[in-house]
Amino acid sequence: MSDTPEEEYDDEEVVLSELSDKELVDQMHDDLYDGLKEDIAEGTSILLSRGWTADTVLNEALVGGMQIVGVDFRDGILFVPEVLLAANAMKGGMSILKPLLSESGIKPIGKMVIGTVKGDIHDIGKNLVTMMMEGTGFEVIDLGINQSVEDYFKALEEHQPDILGMSALLTTTMPYMKVVIDEMVSQSIRDDYLVFVGGAPLNEEFAQAVGADVYCRDAAQAAELGPIMVHNRRGSRA
Amino acid sequence: MHSLHEPKARVLIIACGALAKEIVALKNLNEWHHLDIQCIDAKLHHRPALIPARLKEQIERYRDQYEKIFVGYADCGTAGGIDRLIEEYGIERLPGADCFACFAGLDNFKALNDEELGTFYLTDFLVRQFDFMVIQMLGIDKHPELRDDYFGNYKRVVYLSQIEDEKLLNAAKVAAERLSLPFVHLHCGYGEVERALSAQLVQRISVYPNHGKKSSHILA
Repeated sequence: MSDTPEEEYDDEEVVLSELSDKELVDQMHDDLYDGLKEDIAEGTSILLSRGWTADTVLNEALVGGMQIVGVDFRDGILFVPEVLLAANAMKGGMSILKPLLSESGIKPIGKMVIGTVKGDIHDIGKNLVTMMMEGTGFEVIDLGINQSVEDYFKALEEHQPDILGMSALLTTTMPYMKVVIDEMVSQSIRDDYLVFVGGAPLNEEFAQAVGADVYCRDAAQAAELGPIMVHNRRGSRA
Repeated sequence: MHSLHEPKARVLIIACGALAKEIVALKNLNEWHHLDIQCIDAKLHHRPALIPARLKEQIERYRDQYEKIFVGYADCGTAGGIDRLIEEYGIERLPGADCFACFAGLDNFKALNDEELGTFYLTDFLVRQFDFMVIQMLGIDKHPELRDDYFGNYKRVVYLSQIEDEKLLNAAKVAAERLSLPFVHLHCGYGEVERALSAQLVQRISVYPNHGKKSSHILA
C-alpha cells in the first residue's frame, strides 16, 4: 500500500479494457498526448472489438487526440519532440486501422500531393501533415524532400489531386514555393488545385504573398482546413 | 594598438548566445575596448519566431545608452523578421541566413550545400553544447528512436571550427558518431562574424573624424 494519496494515484494502473467507450477515448487522447504507442494500439484494438468502425476509431480516438496535441503545440505548451512522440503513437493505431480502412472501400474525401521544396531536406512537418490528412480521410501522395517544379508538376498531372501541399523549413528555400505557384499560373493550372503551404518560418502574410490558398500553421490546422476547403471548392464548382 | 583618443561613446552588439564566446574572443583579440556585448539565450533557435521580439526588448532597453547598436544574428530562421525589426531602428545585422554561413563565408557555405544538401553543421558552440542543444532539446536522450525523425535525411556532419582545439575536434567526431553520420572538418575561423564586426567598429569610428585613426588590427 502507498503512504500518500498521491503515491496511490501514481501507482494506479489503468486497465483499458475495463473503461467505458467514452472513458477509453478520453484515455487514448491522454495516451496520444504522452506518446504511448503500445497503449494506443491496445485502445484501438479494444474499440474495434466493441464494434466501432475503423473510421470512427480513427476520427474520434486518434485524430481527435492529435487535434489536442496540435492546439498545445500551437500554444507553446508542447514542443517538437512531444509532437513526434504523439505522432509515432498515432502510427501505432494507424497500422491497425489502415488495412481495415482499405478493405471497407470507403472513398477518400479528397486527394493531396505533398512535398518539401527544392533545396530543403526537412520533412518533419510534412510527415505530420501527411499523417493527419490521411487520418481525416484524404489519400496523400508524399513526394518526399527536395522537390523541383518539374517534380510537382509531374505528380499533379499523374494524380490530379485536390490539394498541392508544399513545406519548407529554411528561410532560404521557402521562396521556392512562389516559383512553383508562378509556374502553375503561367501554365494556366493554378485554379485547378488548392495550394496549401506550411513550415516553421512561414506565416499568413507570406502565404498570401506567394499566392497560396491556405497557410497551415501546423498539421492539425491542415487537417481541420483540408476537408472544409475541398468541400467548399467542390460546392462552388458544382 | 588601441587608440588613447578613442571616443567614450560605445558600441553594443546584441547577439545570439551561440556567438557569445566567439565575440568575446574577437573583442579581446582585436582590443575592441569600446565594444559591449549583450547576449540572448541560444535556446531561442528552437523557436526562432520569438527572436525578433526578444531583440526588440534589448534594443529598446539599450538604444539610448549607446552610440551604435549592431545585431549579432543572421536571419536565423526568422524569415525576414529580424530584418523588418532592424530596419525600424536603422541598424544592421550579420550577413547571411545563419551562423554557419557567417562562419564559413557565404560563397563557401553555398558550395558546401551544393556539394551535399543533407549536411548537418556544427560550430564550436554546437560542439560544446551538443548534448544539451541537440540531444536533450530534441528529446533524443530519452527517446533515441527520434533520431531518424530528425536526422534521417542527413548524409554527413560538417564541423566548421572557429578555433583549432583537439578536444573540440574529438568531441565533434563523437557528435557525428552519435548521429551515425560521416564526419568532415573544415577550419574557417570567425569568417564573416569578424569582418562584419570590424566593419561596424570602423564605421562607428569614422563618424568621429577627430578620433578617426584606425588601428591596423581592427581591419585585420
